[in-house]
Amino acid sequence: MNAIAPRPAAPIPPHARTYRYDAVDREFLAERIAEFEGQVQRRLAGELTEEEFKPLRLMNGLYLQLHAYMLRIAIPYGVLNAAQLRQLAYIARRWDRGFGHFTTRQNIQFNWTKLEDVPDILRALAAVDMHAIQTSGNCIRNVTTDEYAGASPDEVVDPRIYAEILRQWSTLHPEFTWLPRKFKIAITGAPHDRVALQVHDIGLEAKRNAAGEVGFAVHAGGGLGRTPLIATKLRDFLPEAELLGYLEAILRTYNALGQRDNIYKARIKILVRDLGADFAKAVEEEYARLPRDRYRLDPAIIAAIRQHFAPPPFLALNDTPLPEDPAFRAWAGRSVRAHKRPGYASVTISLKPIGGIPGDASAEQMEAVARLAERFSFGEIRVSHVQNLVLPHVRQEDLAELWDGLREAGLAAPNIGLVSDIIACPGMDYCALATARSIPVAQRISERFADLDRQLDIGECFVNISGCINACGHHHVGHIGILGVDKRGEEVYQVTLGGSATNDAALGELVGPAFSYDDVVDAVETILRTHVAHRLPGERFIDCYRRIGLAPFKEALYAAA
Amino acid sequence: MPLLEDGRIIDDAWVRVADDAVLPDSPAIVTLARLQREAAQLAGRNAPLGVVLPPDVAPDAIAPFLDRLGLVVLELPKFRDGRAFTQARALREHHGFTGEIRAAGHVIPDQYAALLRCGVSTVAVPEGADPAVWDAARRVVGIAYQASVVPDSPLSLLRRKLEIA
Repeated sequence: MNAIAPRPAAPIPPHARTYRYDAVDREFLAERIAEFEGQVQRRLAGELTEEEFKPLRLMNGLYLQLHAYMLRIAIPYGVLNAAQLRQLAYIARRWDRGFGHFTTRQNIQFNWTKLEDVPDILRALAAVDMHAIQTSGNCIRNVTTDEYAGASPDEVVDPRIYAEILRQWSTLHPEFTWLPRKFKIAITGAPHDRVALQVHDIGLEAKRNAAGEVGFAVHAGGGLGRTPLIATKLRDFLPEAELLGYLEAILRTYNALGQRDNIYKARIKILVRDLGADFAKAVEEEYARLPRDRYRLDPAIIAAIRQHFAPPPFLALNDTPLPEDPAFRAWAGRSVRAHKRPGYASVTISLKPIGGIPGDASAEQMEAVARLAERFSFGEIRVSHVQNLVLPHVRQEDLAELWDGLREAGLAAPNIGLVSDIIACPGMDYCALATARSIPVAQRISERFADLDRQLDIGECFVNISGCINACGHHHVGHIGILGVDKRGEEVYQVTLGGSATNDAALGELVGPAFSYDDVVDAVETILRTHVAHRLPGERFIDCYRRIGLAPFKEALYAAA
Repeated sequence: MPLLEDGRIIDDAWVRVADDAVLPDSPAIVTLARLQREAAQLAGRNAPLGVVLPPDVAPDAIAPFLDRLGLVVLELPKFRDGRAFTQARALREHHGFTGEIRAAGHVIPDQYAALLRCGVSTVAVPEGADPAVWDAARRVVGIAYQASVVPDSPLSLLRRKLEIA
C-alpha cells in the first residue's frame, strides 16, 4: 500500500455544521477500513468467491462498471465542510481523472478508481471523517435531506439532527444488512417537500404538534424504478422518542416478508402495495411487541447531536438591496434563495453549465467552492438532490463578491430550476446497467436551450433523464421525464409529462411512442413550444400541463407523423 | 458440519433426524412439520429437542413449543438472504427464548458478528473452515451504533462497545 494520504492543510472550518467525529467514531471507521482490507485480501487469496465478495465491496460503495471500478462516497444528508470538499478534490486528482460526479442521493462518485487504491482512498476519506459505507448494497443507504436545512425560512424542525441519528443507527445495523433490496430514507423538516419523500422506501416529515413537540409523519413504500409508486402514510405524528423503534418495526416487517426471488419485486414498495392495509397492520403489530425502552430515542442523545448543528454565529443584519447589474440579477434571480435570518441568503451553485455533464465538478471547481464557502458561508457546503451545490448561509452584502468568485471558477450558470438544470444518471457512458445514453441527451437539450432569455421565458421546468428502467435519473417525477431504453439494438427515448417530486408528488404520463436519439431533443422543443403557446401569463409548465392535459402535447408531437 | 461457538470449533451433540426415523435418546433435531405433527409425543421426551425453522416461517409458529426446545436451527438458503437475522432477534426479543440458536446453510465469516448481535449462538460452518478467520471477522469491528439483543456497554450517543468473548 502507498503512504496514507495526508490530511489537507486547512483545518475543519470552526463554524461548519457537520457532525464532528470523536475518538470513538474514528476508531469505528479505522476498524471498518481494516475489515474491508481483510475482505479484499481474502478475495485475492480465493477464500471468498466473487459472488460472496460482491455484496461486501458494494457495502463499501465499490461498483464494477463498464470501464473501471466506481467508488461512491457518502456525503451524509448532503452536508460537507470545506476541508472535506478539498479532500474530495485531492482524491479526484490523485486517484481519478481530476473530477467527480455529484449524485441525486447527495453523494459523490469517482468513476475511474482502481481496486488496489481503494483502501488508501478510504483512509484519505477517514482523515476528514468521511467514508463510503452503505452507499450501495441491500442495506439502508445514505439518508438524504433538504439542502437548505438550517437555513430555510419555512423550516419547522432541523432534519439534520434526525438524519445523523438515522445515519448512526443504520450504520452496520446487524439485522438490516442483508435486506431483500436496497433501502432509502429521506427526511424533511419543512412543510414544502424538497426531498421527494413520497418516492422513498421511507419518507419522514419532521413537524411539531400544537404543544411544540417534535414528531414525524411516516410514509413507506414509495419508489421509482420499474414499478413507480407513491408512498403510503403509516403515521401522521410519530412521537420523537419512538422514531428508531418504529423504523425497526418497518424494517423487520420488510426483512421478514419482502420478496427475495425476483430482484424487480424486492423493494418494500411492492410489499406495501401487495399487502395493502395489512402492511400497516403488520408494522403496528411488530411495533407493539418490541421492547420500547430498548429502542427509545433518549432526549439526551437528541440534545447531544443537536449541538453539532447549532446555528453558526450569525450577525444581526438587515436585508440589503441587491446590486442592479443585470447579469448579476439574472444569476441571483435563479440562484439566491431567502434565508431564515435577515441579511442572509442561501446560494445554489449550478453544476449544469450549458453543454456540461450534470453534476460533474472538477478538482479545481471543488477547491474554488471550498474557498468560497470558507470565505462566505461559515465553511459549509450542501449537495442537492438535483445534483447542484449550495452555500447555505451567505451574507446578502457578500453576494456580488461571491458571484465574481463563482464566475472565475466557471460556476455561475444562472439556470437553477430552468430547462437546462437537468437531472441525468451516468447512463451508458459509465453504468453497467444502462441501456441507453443519458449524459449526451442532457448535453444536447442544454445546448438547444442555451439562450438564457428563452429559458427564463419558458420558466421553471424540471427535465429528468434516466438511461434505464432503474430510474436513477428520476424520470418519473420530472416535469418532463425521459427514459432511454434499448429497442432491438437501438437507443430510443420514452417521454413522460407532468411528474412531480414534491408535496403534490405525481408520476408522469407517457406521451406516446418513443423517440430516437436524434429526435428526442426536437420532441422536448415541441413540448416546450406547446407549453408557451397554451400557458396563461406566468403559468409554470407543470401547472399548464395539469390544466390542459396530455392531449395538446400529444397532438403537437405526433400530428405530423 | 463443524460447529462454531465463541469463535472456536466445538463438539456437536445434536443430530438431525429424518421425518420417518425413530428419535434417538440423545439431542435430536426435527423438522417443523414433525414438531407440529407429533407435538404431544415429543413433549414427553426426556432428551433435548431441536427444530429447523425455515426462513419463510415466523418464529410465532413455534411459540407453543419453545419451552420444550433446546435448539432452533435457522437456515440461510443464500448468505444474502437475511431473514434469519430477524428470526433470531424475534426469538430472543419477542419470545424470550434462551436456548441455542444455530445459523446453518450458506453463512460467511463477515456475517458472524451481526448474527451474534441478533441472538444467534452457534454457526454450522463448512468443512475445513478456519475458525481463526471467523473469530477475526467477529472482532474486527468492536463498536456498534445501535441496540441489539445482546448485552454491550453503552458509550455516549448511540454507540456501544461490543463485548466479544
